[in-house]
Amino acid sequence: MSSPPSPYPSAVPLPGPIIETRNLQLWYGTTPALRGVSLSIQEKVVTALIGPSGCGKSTLLRCFNRMNDLIDRVRIDGECLIGGENIYAPEIDVIELRKRVGMVFQRSNPFPKSIFENVAYGCRLQGLKDRHELHSIVERSLRGAGLWDEVKDRLHESALSLSGGQQQRLCIARAIAIQPEIILMDEPASALDPMATARVEELILELKRDYSIVIVTHNMQQASRISDYTAFFYLGELIEYNETNRIFTNPEKKRTEDYVTGRFG
Amino acid sequence: MSATTIPSRPSLRGIRWRPVSNFFSGLTRLATFSILALLAILLSTILVNGLPGLSFRFISTIPKKDFFEPGSAAVLPMIVGTTVRVFVMTLFVIPIGVITAIYLTEYAASSSLYTRVIRAAVNNLAGVPSIVFGLFGVGFFINFIGRGFDSLTHQAGPQLGQPCLLWASMTLAVMTLPVVIVATEESLKSILPGLREASLALGATKLQTIIRVVLPNALTGILTGGILAISRAAGEVAPILFTGVAYYMRDLPKSPTDQFMDLGYHIYVLSTQSPNIDQTKPVLYATVLVLLVLTFSLNGIGILARARLRRSGRSDS
Repeated sequence: MSSPPSPYPSAVPLPGPIIETRNLQLWYGTTPALRGVSLSIQEKVVTALIGPSGCGKSTLLRCFNRMNDLIDRVRIDGECLIGGENIYAPEIDVIELRKRVGMVFQRSNPFPKSIFENVAYGCRLQGLKDRHELHSIVERSLRGAGLWDEVKDRLHESALSLSGGQQQRLCIARAIAIQPEIILMDEPASALDPMATARVEELILELKRDYSIVIVTHNMQQASRISDYTAFFYLGELIEYNETNRIFTNPEKKRTEDYVTGRFG
Repeated sequence: MSATTIPSRPSLRGIRWRPVSNFFSGLTRLATFSILALLAILLSTILVNGLPGLSFRFISTIPKKDFFEPGSAAVLPMIVGTTVRVFVMTLFVIPIGVITAIYLTEYAASSSLYTRVIRAAVNNLAGVPSIVFGLFGVGFFINFIGRGFDSLTHQAGPQLGQPCLLWASMTLAVMTLPVVIVATEESLKSILPGLREASLALGATKLQTIIRVVLPNALTGILTGGILAISRAAGEVAPILFTGVAYYMRDLPKSPTDQFMDLGYHIYVLSTQSPNIDQTKPVLYATVLVLLVLTFSLNGIGILARARLRRSGRSDS
């Protein structure tokens, strides 16, 4: 189900959002981090979350796979629906959720295992042992992450021997190996040099054919290059959400314009 | 900065005498040297006096007659006893210590009162004198658990309610528990949090994350804890004094419920109970030498294992 571009730029009218938040609120202890965010994210597009540091964009991203559960004293209110189900409902199995919502982190974090074992990790967790099947999944995932040609002769070397950009693409391969529906990316290129960043961006554009991607970025150009929709956050609130070129060329809110043109932030 | 604010400076040439600084660096050298000198004196005395008394017969037979006399003295049962009690101890202390450390770092809320109480308890346990552990072993393991079992199983005589290898090892395990907990905790804390997140984000349960990511990366730290525990326990006598060591046994221990002879305790016996001190001296030195070599080799095994692990950990899983 791919969504046609909207003729009505200011609304978000596309059918069947894959992620939808309704008045989502989050506190770290007593400090509010999200102040009632309502947002619909579409399937198989790239959605960028932008905003100055501390605006809640990473916090929101981590709500989508319930990574915030790991932090003590986090309180969440409101709804977050993925595929129509409130993932904060008590009967939701976080493990299953995280298999459907993969994540790539800011700092590449390959396991200190071989390249092969890194990519196979998710499948091994699910009890897959067959060597041939694992190998074909590893190959498919590494090809999907554009890394296969670089590492096919050294699958059993340590992942830590790869360069920073390769490590990040390995993490992407590891995430897509278990075929999630959504991939969350938390500033995936912020620690990479421009060449490696360009490769990761190309990869994101390829991945959106098969996956819905939500990406947090500090880099305005990056958001405008790779995303279809952009959401701008400020102090825990969603200020503006629209098609990316609208946000960057003709935003509705003054604050959005100030931010994307570099006047603050 | 304008040039006028800089006063005229002394020449760079000419090395100046700075008494306090030189005195202090001299002091650090002296301290280091005196430690090396002490160690050298200690080891050389033991080597010089111990080597003549050492023979294959000495380390490979069970003394049948007078073990104070050089001609008939031997230490095989003591070597066996000390080695076995150290290994049995690690069987208990490693799992319990590691699981406690996992609880403290991975499960417990770090700021809660409960966790802080456990931490304080672990630290205090480390400061308890070893003779107190010995008495604890008698009270808890022998009298409470051992006799409890005996009365439950209606034994005629005491089976578990008496000093034996098992209780001595477990007493040592309790004593070395803080060492293993702290070393494991340190290595668990040093694992990048990104690795745990990566695993959880791939749909791993907490247990899967601990088994597949956390523990493999903490293994060297766990082994360090084991090495420290072994070093501390191998030479300890006080905790086993009432919990399992024997003055003399005709045979090697056959089961965990047997008593055993021990090198450290035997050194104490040789130096305090001998009817003829001058005659016993070579035996005493040789026994001390054997204890040192044994302690070093037990440590060496652990250090080798850790080094191997580090090497293999670098390439593949």
